[in-house]
Amino acid sequence: MTGQDRLWDSPEPESSYDVVIVGGGGHGIATAYYLAKNHGITNVAVLEKGWLAGGNMARNTTIIRSNYLWDESAGIYEHALKLWEGLEEDLGYDVQFSQRGVLNLAHGLQDVRDGVRRVNANRLNGVDAEWLDPAQVKEVCPIVDIRQDARYPVLGATYQPRAGIAKHDYVAWGYARAASAMGVHFIEHCEVTGIEVVDGRALAVHTTRGRIAAGRVAMSAAGHSSVVAGMAGLRLPVQSHPLQALVSELLEPVHPTVVMSNAVHVYVSQAHKGELVMGAGIDTYNSYRQRGAFHIIERQMAAALELFPVFARAHVLRTWGGVVDVTPDASPIVGLTPVEGLYVNCGWGTGGFKATPGVGWCYAHTIANDEPHPLNAPFTLERFTTGALVDEHGAAAVAH
Amino acid sequence: MLLIPCPWCGPRDEAEFRYGGQAHVAYPLDPGALTDEEWAHYLFFRDNPKGAFDERWNHAAGCRRWFNLTRDTVTNEIEGSR
Amino acid sequence: MTRRRAGHEGEVLRFTFDGRPYEGYRGDTLAAALLANGVRKVGSSVTLGRPRGIFGAWTEEPNAVVQIEKPFPEPMVQATTIPLYEALAATGLAGRGRLSPEPDPARYDATHAHCDVLVVGAGPAGLMAALTAARTGARVILADDRFQPGGSLPDTAETVDGRPGAEWARDTAAHLTTFPDVRVLFRTSVVGYYDHNYLVAVERRGEDAVTRERVWRIRARRVVLATGAHERPIAFSGNDLPGVMLASAARAYVNRYGVLPGRRAVVFTTGDSAYDAARDLAEAGVEIAEIADAREGRLVTGVVGGPDDQGVRAVHVGGREVEADLLLVSGGWNPVVHLFSQSGGELRYDEALTTFVPALTTPPGQAGRAVPAGRFSQAVEVVGSARGVFTPAGCLADGEAAGSGSPLPSYPLRVVGAEHLWLVPSGDYSGHFVDLQRDVTVADLQRATGAGLRSAEHVKRYTTAGTAHDQGKTSGTLTSAVIAGMLGVGVAELGTTTFRAPYVPVSFATLAGRDRGALHDPVRVTAIHDWHVSHGALFENVGQWKRAWYYPRPGEDMTAAVLRECRAVRQATGAMDASTLGKIDVQGPDSAELLDRLYTNMMSTLKVGAIRYGVMCRPDGMVFDDGTVIRLAPDRFLVTTTTGNAAAVLDWMEEWLQTEWPGLRVRCTSVTEQWATVALAGPGSRDVLAGLAPDLAVDTESFPFMTWRDTEVAGIEARVCRISFSGELAYEINVSWWYGPALWEAIQATGAVTPYGTETMHVLRAEKGYPIVGQDTDGTVTPADLGMDWVVSKKKADFIGRRSFARPDAVRPDRRHLVGLVPEDPGTLLPEGTQLVAFDRLPEPPVPMLGHVTSSYRSAALGRTFALALVSGGRDRIGERLYAPVGDRLIPVTVTHHVLYDPEGARRDG
Repeated sequence: MTGQDRLWDSPEPESSYDVVIVGGGGHGIATAYYLAKNHGITNVAVLEKGWLAGGNMARNTTIIRSNYLWDESAGIYEHALKLWEGLEEDLGYDVQFSQRGVLNLAHGLQDVRDGVRRVNANRLNGVDAEWLDPAQVKEVCPIVDIRQDARYPVLGATYQPRAGIAKHDYVAWGYARAASAMGVHFIEHCEVTGIEVVDGRALAVHTTRGRIAAGRVAMSAAGHSSVVAGMAGLRLPVQSHPLQALVSELLEPVHPTVVMSNAVHVYVSQAHKGELVMGAGIDTYNSYRQRGAFHIIERQMAAALELFPVFARAHVLRTWGGVVDVTPDASPIVGLTPVEGLYVNCGWGTGGFKATPGVGWCYAHTIANDEPHPLNAPFTLERFTTGALVDEHGAAAVAH
Repeated sequence: MLLIPCPWCGPRDEAEFRYGGQAHVAYPLDPGALTDEEWAHYLFFRDNPKGAFDERWNHAAGCRRWFNLTRDTVTNEIEGSR
Repeated sequence: MTRRRAGHEGEVLRFTFDGRPYEGYRGDTLAAALLANGVRKVGSSVTLGRPRGIFGAWTEEPNAVVQIEKPFPEPMVQATTIPLYEALAATGLAGRGRLSPEPDPARYDATHAHCDVLVVGAGPAGLMAALTAARTGARVILADDRFQPGGSLPDTAETVDGRPGAEWARDTAAHLTTFPDVRVLFRTSVVGYYDHNYLVAVERRGEDAVTRERVWRIRARRVVLATGAHERPIAFSGNDLPGVMLASAARAYVNRYGVLPGRRAVVFTTGDSAYDAARDLAEAGVEIAEIADAREGRLVTGVVGGPDDQGVRAVHVGGREVEADLLLVSGGWNPVVHLFSQSGGELRYDEALTTFVPALTTPPGQAGRAVPAGRFSQAVEVVGSARGVFTPAGCLADGEAAGSGSPLPSYPLRVVGAEHLWLVPSGDYSGHFVDLQRDVTVADLQRATGAGLRSAEHVKRYTTAGTAHDQGKTSGTLTSAVIAGMLGVGVAELGTTTFRAPYVPVSFATLAGRDRGALHDPVRVTAIHDWHVSHGALFENVGQWKRAWYYPRPGEDMTAAVLRECRAVRQATGAMDASTLGKIDVQGPDSAELLDRLYTNMMSTLKVGAIRYGVMCRPDGMVFDDGTVIRLAPDRFLVTTTTGNAAAVLDWMEEWLQTEWPGLRVRCTSVTEQWATVALAGPGSRDVLAGLAPDLAVDTESFPFMTWRDTEVAGIEARVCRISFSGELAYEINVSWWYGPALWEAIQATGAVTPYGTETMHVLRAEKGYPIVGQDTDGTVTPADLGMDWVVSKKKADFIGRRSFARPDAVRPDRRHLVGLVPEDPGTLLPEGTQLVAFDRLPEPPVPMLGHVTSSYRSAALGRTFALALVSGGRDRIGERLYAPVGDRLIPVTVTHHVLYDPEGARRDG
């Protein structure tokens, strides 16, 4: 933990700001930082209904990677990864960014095809990527069970060496500290209850701490995006679901990288202090509750032990949930809205943390210039009308 | 593990069911007559309320029937299914 | 065992700790046995490396977390909860455990239970609640994490009904087990409270049990939480040393285990309960040097440790140094509200009790039902000390009321002075610990608030307080109160952090249960599977199915085997087990109408006796599944699906039928496992079939392509379909599942048929340009993209997906089309997944990509390699040269039509 200096101040809200960001999560905080740093816009308030960065930013499993299939996704996630690589220097704050690599395991022949396809696309997009056979997987992560008589044996993996993890809280605090130093106001326990739209233009937000006039209003409310957008009469193609995660006790180093498996459905890393950090799939039903169902955790543990028998007697210390906003194509929505002066950033689903610097950068550009940055231009609301989706679900189950 | 009241089988564990999202979204009578935007709303836009939500469930590992119920997305309180 | 209370004896067990041999008694915990042997330091702290001893006596223990070495390595277990057993070996830790590479031999399982009343906690309140409920005839489950009943009664040696409390508890528990509908579970921790009164408990059955641990998934009509309370510490300098112990823990060691945790003790307290502890210790022979009662202004300001890491040697009380080897601490009591909070219940800070208690409509000061305040979907009550009622008599009365469903009684509350002592003032707070396991001191909290952090959650995250093994059981409220003091706000205003499951740590293996190895996901095999195994087939997983992949002969690698199998089908006859294809029997007068709505092409015009290939799309216009449709009767069809999608297609049909078109009179039934299917393919297949089915007229005129016939094959009733997925003359022979092996054997007995697997099937279909859904499509591909306009009806007014074909993105000329590719070097095999570019020298990234290879094979028939690919504007590029970056090479390839073999279809009639 660096420094004993101030992180951010808690001023009373002023009556008006150039930009009001609704949602003090990682994205909102990073957006405020880049508004100030890249665009000189410092008269900015970030409004957070709870405690700063206490939503998904505080609840995710901190995986950072940019090895997405489609060009559009690779563009924004790779921009984010490049920013991650300079973030500690940029912020002057230790965020425990650790490029320990990410393995995405393949358990079936179609997984292999999809993995190779993604590796090849990544390389051509300038994203570091390798295809590993099972023996190479074992070299990168010796505790992965690669026995070929397993129920779903490991047939290989994609590997992105530059991927890794960071300490989520420190990321939020580092951004908030730097933005606060440039004059951004972080206002906690301030819930937005309405968005004032007159003649098609957003003029102000109404909050539990009074009306705040805004030159521009930028929504960044993750799981609550539908609720916030609804205040301005907007309907978003997102659904909110619980996503659970858990940690073990502190353990001696045993897991040197990050392993993800879609087929067996688990992702796991070992944090700096030594706890195993794991996530699973979302709960199927819509929910605004920051907890999920227990059978999801049970299945996740079964999946984890299929891949890592060594974890058998590790203990679950704590489980929790976040609320993620999921789009039909598993890609985000970042850009303008039909309401003038109102901007949307949502739909990051389970992948928002890794994008934090990239989306902050691009969203700030979008707000400052009233037009999308080229990297978020594909992620419009209109794509759902034209059909130009950025479908990151990957291939369906193999047939025949 | 929610306890879901199947109108045919009675209350059963959530694990027996498949979720079907928002209820009462009818397939358009004449899709060809819709604008691209109207069609997109049918395809992709669903309500996502914080609170009472009319939604569909399928008793996939039971009677395999679809039914609707109203559930609060904050408290998970369920009103009778039908 | 030099530190035993006089007269306390038992069955001797031998164990080792840190490699040294010791003895203890059956019934001890490891912690009790260590204290009995005078072991004070059991580990060191994670960050500061300070010596740490035993602080608590049960699950609240923050310090004495050890590694079990034998009988099987288990990391990070509280010594206070480990039952001593013969040959136990454990070692102290420095805050981190070690995982063992050897496989865990234990078995774990799970079970379900339902009850009217679940009582959590078998202390006086819980026992009484369970007994009262049982007497009403209710189905009751009583779960408690200890080994014996009574909760804290054996710790305190208090009396119930004039009898020793422990004895009353034993008798009551025994009486409970005589009720037929009562289940009493000891060693069972209720770890999570989920929606709709679903609770999860973990029963620890022991290393010797058949099942080491068992998960109980309990659905209760009503829950009574009698979870008790934890004593909490006080923040003062040196409060982490071995020899500093909760007063209640010391009392437990003396009374429950007959162990003297020290010889001479100082007691530091903010309340009355520590006096009872002091009395019990004195009676047991521990000298009480001094009682420093904070209410009288007498404070412990420091602890003097010995040079040997063995902890407390003396205690500073008000400037005086008092010689002592034990310092009992009592900073008040925290009701165990974890499960209540998990259930969704809100907490409130009680100024009189100086702690967080359940926010109930009826606080303990008033009569009435103690049910949670506010909007709430669970049925839960909280009784006894878990709601702040701390006398045994009060707990009994609470339990009796809750058990019978009556209002809980009221109690007069003693109002504690507003000035509760949390923290002994000092100029230096770097030795005032709030969280012992995470090494968090008051100075750390000061740094956090100094950085501007103003919420309990932020400070917790900044300092890691409350995130260790005990999840803040002793530290949580203390931390909140100290932070509140620093910020100048009330504890109530600051609140606590969230309580999350599990209440106590649970091992991964316990939660995984039996769902491991082969049971992780069911394996589905066909009726003919054993034959494939015995003939050396290798298998691929397709969904849950095991499918024969190829059948290598001695000396053959995969390439050789597949080329041989391909040649056999193209030149002679091959047979494949196709039983895994999904099969759905669709019946009813409106069956044709349903299929017309779901398939892109017209099915209603299909004649009885005929077969048609069809494609289904999702509403967004993307290909979802494909297969053949057989018309069995005017009102009956048999639909086949891809192997992986069988369940999804049936669900799809049911969903549309039930939710959109309930007026259609159609019933759908899966018959996948009713039919065994063998594909017989190749120019010789007609002769083979003719030999096996003498009643069947097999000539093309009598049995044309895309028709079916019922007949006997090898004496077995069979339905034979003339369809082909290879382009060759071919048949699919369907028989009852039970006759699958007989049919297969009969075909093999002809001696003319080569078995082939899915890989050969893939090669043959690719030569013909037939796509595989999920391999050549990825959810972003329309029928038009596949070059299948012919399968999209122009006549039907609508079908699922049709409207989406008119969206702007669906009519782009540069959409990715399915095309063929031939590498210019006919021996070069493109890896599937290879991307395609237009450059003969790669520019700097990002490099524009035109598409990717979806399928790639060596073709025996073509005498070369080839591939299928999705290529942007591909049909307009036929004949163009593209490049495939493979490793460091750029492989030139030529775009072709996707049908590379027998484009005229001359071979399908043999």
